[in-house]
Amino acid sequence: MSHANAWIEVCAADDIDEEDVLRFDHAHQTYAIYRSPDDVFYATDGLCTHEHVHLADGLVMDHIIECPKHNGRFDYRTGQAKGAPVCINLKTYPVKVEAGKVLIQLG
Amino acid sequence: MATAFTKRDYSLIGPEAARAAEKGLVSAKWHGCEVPRKELKELMKREDAPAIRDTLIWFAALAVSGAGGVYFWGSAWCVPFFFVYGVLYGSASNSRWHECSHGTAFKTRWLNDGVYYIACFMTLYEPTVRRWMHARHHTDTIIVGRDPEIVAPRPPSFLNLFLDLFALKAGFQLIGSLSRHAAGRLTEEEKTYIPEMEWNKVFVQARIFLALFVAVIATCVLTGSLLPAMLVGLPSLYGAWLSLVFGISQHVGLAEDVLDHRLNSRTIHMNPVFRFIYWNMNYHLEHHMYPMVPYHALPALHEAIKNQCPAPYPNLFAAYREIVPTVLRQRRDPGYFVRRELPSRTAAAVEPDGAALAT
Repeated sequence: MSHANAWIEVCAADDIDEEDVLRFDHAHQTYAIYRSPDDVFYATDGLCTHEHVHLADGLVMDHIIECPKHNGRFDYRTGQAKGAPVCINLKTYPVKVEAGKVLIQLG
Repeated sequence: MATAFTKRDYSLIGPEAARAAEKGLVSAKWHGCEVPRKELKELMKREDAPAIRDTLIWFAALAVSGAGGVYFWGSAWCVPFFFVYGVLYGSASNSRWHECSHGTAFKTRWLNDGVYYIACFMTLYEPTVRRWMHARHHTDTIIVGRDPEIVAPRPPSFLNLFLDLFALKAGFQLIGSLSRHAAGRLTEEEKTYIPEMEWNKVFVQARIFLALFVAVIATCVLTGSLLPAMLVGLPSLYGAWLSLVFGISQHVGLAEDVLDHRLNSRTIHMNPVFRFIYWNMNYHLEHHMYPMVPYHALPALHEAIKNQCPAPYPNLFAAYREIVPTVLRQRRDPGYFVRRELPSRTAAAVEPDGAALAT
């Protein structure tokens, strides 16, 4: 079954603290779902583009996610890599909240 | 009884690199002790205050000891001042570049970067090369053929360890690498861990470092005195001994090719002076398991996971009582290593080779 452009339910909005991140695995892929300090939700690929490390184990500081292994930093709103040791941007995904649920659009 | 052992190739482009990949040891998943997410987030939080305080104390101590060395230059009284100055310059800098390379010393990015470049110069490390080299060390800690920071490849070389005591090996290597990088070239090994987009930075930094060292030598020639080099340059050599003493205690004698930092890293209780110079890297197991926890939060992380880890060493002497006989034995039996005892309810993620376990 294809998930292109499908909205997939991730979790309840309250499951993610403000300025924090949650790991979401779906269809053999892993994603990171963020809740920013200003209470907006975002989603990116779940693995750091430098090494095979789950970003959901890292630290969210304002709009930056820091990889827990090597201090690689990304702006999770845009996926932009913010300098060594990460050189490749993260893929981002549309997110919406409906009826208290966080949904991610994969495709 | 001696263990059957084939001498291994510790280079990053030899057969051991391919062997590590075949065994699933490259960029692998490592064991992590359980720490509740909320607690870990608190531990990872960044602050400027502790590192600003420690850096001001460090710079002030450098200024006072350096001024004493200059004042008493020409008499024996300068020796104790340069002894202290050398340790602060050549050894304390080693822990500073390290913590700043992780971006955990300060909350403010430019403070991390500023102290990183200064401390790298003091330790004779090229900033961009070392940043990538150290990232690899954390990805593949003590994995033969992958980790470029293995201090004592087996069988250990006493000559290399002696040279390291005064950073002589690093010094000689730096002359070669600065010349090579200033000319715009990298070795094949360096290309395995430094991405191409960073190469130009390496070349520019090498030229700056060369210019700084030439300036120090020129000042010595112009003033007809060794004193300028005693303040900048030489303390990287005569003050490096304590960082080697600390560095050996981190991993030497423990298992290779395991995916569990509890088996290849030591945590050692140390006195406050050592912890200041070393910036708490005596909590080395904890640092490797959670490298984004700042140095000032490592004692708290140690408390949080100590029940899931082998017993820490009570002091540096106790660690060396294990390390020295191990290194001596590895000279004739390179397969031998210290197998750390894990708490009974936990298990290692991956055990070392069966052959190596026969200790």
